[in-house]
Amino acid sequence: MPMLDRTLPPAFRPITGFDLIRPRLVTFGNGVKLFVFREGTQDLVRIEWVFNNVFERESQGLLNMAVNELMLEGTSAYSSAQIAELVDFHGAFLVPQFGYDQSTLTLFSLNKHLGNLLPLVKDILTDATFPEAELETYVRNNKQKLQVSLKKNSFVARRLFNKRVFGPTRYGYVPGMADYDRLSDEALLAQFLKQCTADNCTLVVSGNVTDDVIASLERLFGGQWRDETVAPAADNPPVFVPPHALLMVDERKEALQSAIRIGYQSIQRRHPDFPGLQVLNTVLGGYFGSRLMVNIREDKGYTYNISSALVSLKHAAFFTLASEVGVQVTKATLAEIESEIQRLRDEPVDEAELALVRNYMMGAMLGSLENIFSHADLFKNVYFSGLDLDYYDYYTQVVNTITPDTLLRLANTYLDYDKMVKVVVGKLV
Amino acid sequence: MVTFERFTLANGLRVLVHEDNATPMAVVNILYDVGARDEDPERTGFAHLFEHLMFGGSVNIPNYDGPLQRVGGQNNAFTSNDITNYYITLPAANLETAFWLESDRMLGLAFSEKSLEVQRSVVCEEFKQRYLDQPYGDAWLRLRPLAYKEHPYRWATIGKELAHIEQASMDDVKAFFARHYAPDNAIMVVAGNVETGAVRQLAEKWFGPIPPRGKGVRSLTAEPPQREARREIVHASVPQDNLYIAFHGPARLDRAYHTMDLLSDLLSQGASSRLYRRLVKEKPLFSEINAYQTGSIDPGLLVVEGKPLPDVPIDTAENAIWAELEALAAEPVGVYELNKVKNKVESTLVFGEMAILEKAMNLAYFELLGDAGELNREVDRYLSVTADDIQQLAAQMFRKENSSTLIYIAHADA
Repeated sequence: MPMLDRTLPPAFRPITGFDLIRPRLVTFGNGVKLFVFREGTQDLVRIEWVFNNVFERESQGLLNMAVNELMLEGTSAYSSAQIAELVDFHGAFLVPQFGYDQSTLTLFSLNKHLGNLLPLVKDILTDATFPEAELETYVRNNKQKLQVSLKKNSFVARRLFNKRVFGPTRYGYVPGMADYDRLSDEALLAQFLKQCTADNCTLVVSGNVTDDVIASLERLFGGQWRDETVAPAADNPPVFVPPHALLMVDERKEALQSAIRIGYQSIQRRHPDFPGLQVLNTVLGGYFGSRLMVNIREDKGYTYNISSALVSLKHAAFFTLASEVGVQVTKATLAEIESEIQRLRDEPVDEAELALVRNYMMGAMLGSLENIFSHADLFKNVYFSGLDLDYYDYYTQVVNTITPDTLLRLANTYLDYDKMVKVVVGKLV
Repeated sequence: MVTFERFTLANGLRVLVHEDNATPMAVVNILYDVGARDEDPERTGFAHLFEHLMFGGSVNIPNYDGPLQRVGGQNNAFTSNDITNYYITLPAANLETAFWLESDRMLGLAFSEKSLEVQRSVVCEEFKQRYLDQPYGDAWLRLRPLAYKEHPYRWATIGKELAHIEQASMDDVKAFFARHYAPDNAIMVVAGNVETGAVRQLAEKWFGPIPPRGKGVRSLTAEPPQREARREIVHASVPQDNLYIAFHGPARLDRAYHTMDLLSDLLSQGASSRLYRRLVKEKPLFSEINAYQTGSIDPGLLVVEGKPLPDVPIDTAENAIWAELEALAAEPVGVYELNKVKNKVESTLVFGEMAILEKAMNLAYFELLGDAGELNREVDRYLSVTADDIQQLAAQMFRKENSSTLIYIAHADA
């Protein structure tokens, strides 16, 4: 047997593509769209009822979030305690999730219990009552939680950053103590009736989605949801004005670490440069081997973690970079971040690094598809950006073929440290 | 049901293979039988610091992450009080790269001074980020030495103090590697779109030549039975009071382990659980409350943790928790409620089988406990717990003499 040469890496195959599962679309009589991702090795399903957030005022984010979370706290037929018992007894998880643009109610359940659980979800989505006592509990407990969170530098930094980058808009809004006190059961109910409607609902179902499951969903959610319908509110997003660059320091005299947030508005997924900018972001701070990690963690030991991300929203987008670093190296870290961004604008990324990033990104995409739920997740990313799964063909093509020159152009167009908002919560030393 | 094949190399490395062809990916998970419990009390935090150093280059491969990222892979690791677990996820077509990387760092590390210096600093920042620079972050640094007086569970994985990490030397690092990082002290699980025969060949090729180093005998001081209620009160710059009560419970392989797990579920699994329903919703005494158990291999802890509302005196809050715990000891839990927590366990286990990484980690852990096949009998162990078991264990555990209470009292200025 020849001696094993451990210095030589084994041969490998670059990942050049991946197979996506396309959903089956079922449209109910009332217009509700159901996207079905079927895979039957386990007898379980994940059902997501997705609603676009409806805004009449840009500052009503807390109201929308509270509607999403308090739906589970009572209907005309079931008390909060009864709903909790039914969900738990059937081994299910019924989880409200609130995002910038959508509110989702997700049910994780074994198929055998759906007969008991789906009628309950129907009752919640059509007839939640927002009992005053439950609202009081919610307000009391969430104010307590907010008080604790406000003691965490990273939490405070994120709030300051969002506010500064998006100003007085839905994306810049952060709830304060007084906002909790302003919630009322009437406002919750009114918002619920406007937002939680068949017209505004998309269903995404993944797992062992048999014809029986689809038939049950159609029976419960395919007809009229309520006796009286409220006209769907038009979504009139404001103009998102780019912020002025600024260094904001919120000094915390006892801090051991400074939380840093840097970034500004950026381009959305449907912009042709978006996948290329994702490649650039990966080089900078999008994976463990990124330049920020290699320089600021693995070379200097300033932090446990540093990363950057590009986030696409329905009406806007942003680039963000975050870390928590020892207070004594806060200024030094800012200087390194600036120089890493500048280097992307001055020097082309070399081919070896780019090849690594291409393979890493394709492998990560392939790895994110490990089960049927993740196929549904990728679909939601594009569907709610107004795109379809063909987007991933374009994405694959860009990742595999983008050149160092294009990355240089993207860096000079979309990453300008001088124009970014910089937030430091801790100490600027 | 998680199926698997199992074989052992001549050098003692145990290998398990789980084939799941629904995914294009593969997972390579290597568990080393070493955790914070194996540390010298004067050099704590070492198992975890060492985990960081495992990414600092090995004897033939100067950079661990780059070659893996180049073939589309990702990796991470965690250290607990019991184990150190490393895992790679990568396209199954490039499986051999994982074998190359993992076998080389099992063979030997580069032991670079620069890597040690940087990772000491990184771990100190992790210590600050997770344990020092946020409200109640140091709770476990206080609770462990309150509950454990002799057993090495008395310190947290991150270590007792920053100084222990700052003082770690290259000699310490080398000795730790020689003692714990060896094929006969590891379990490897390969899962995903793989084939057992091919995995066996790769394992022989890359891991076969690594010499065994002899498995050391672990002799840890058992924690003596606690005989008095313990209490620590901290006046801190935190926004609210906070209360932790920890109880000694059974070891992972004890027959009563699953009973303890269900006890914590009865108390706080889901919005219908006892503590949440009664002490947050019905009698509003807490803004949040939780119960969980540490799941450790040696006898572990069941902890109840709650933040009382601002106008609730701490002793009122404490008494309310005790009333709920004593109710579990005084009266058998009803059939409905017991079935409820069992149903949740059942569906959680089924959902856990959706992810190959989770399956691989579970197989490795159950193999460490004695037999990976026990993973598939886990649900039956939960289902066989009776109301009587619950009541007896509650009576045995929920006693003042078996409790360690940690209380944070908020400063007025916070």
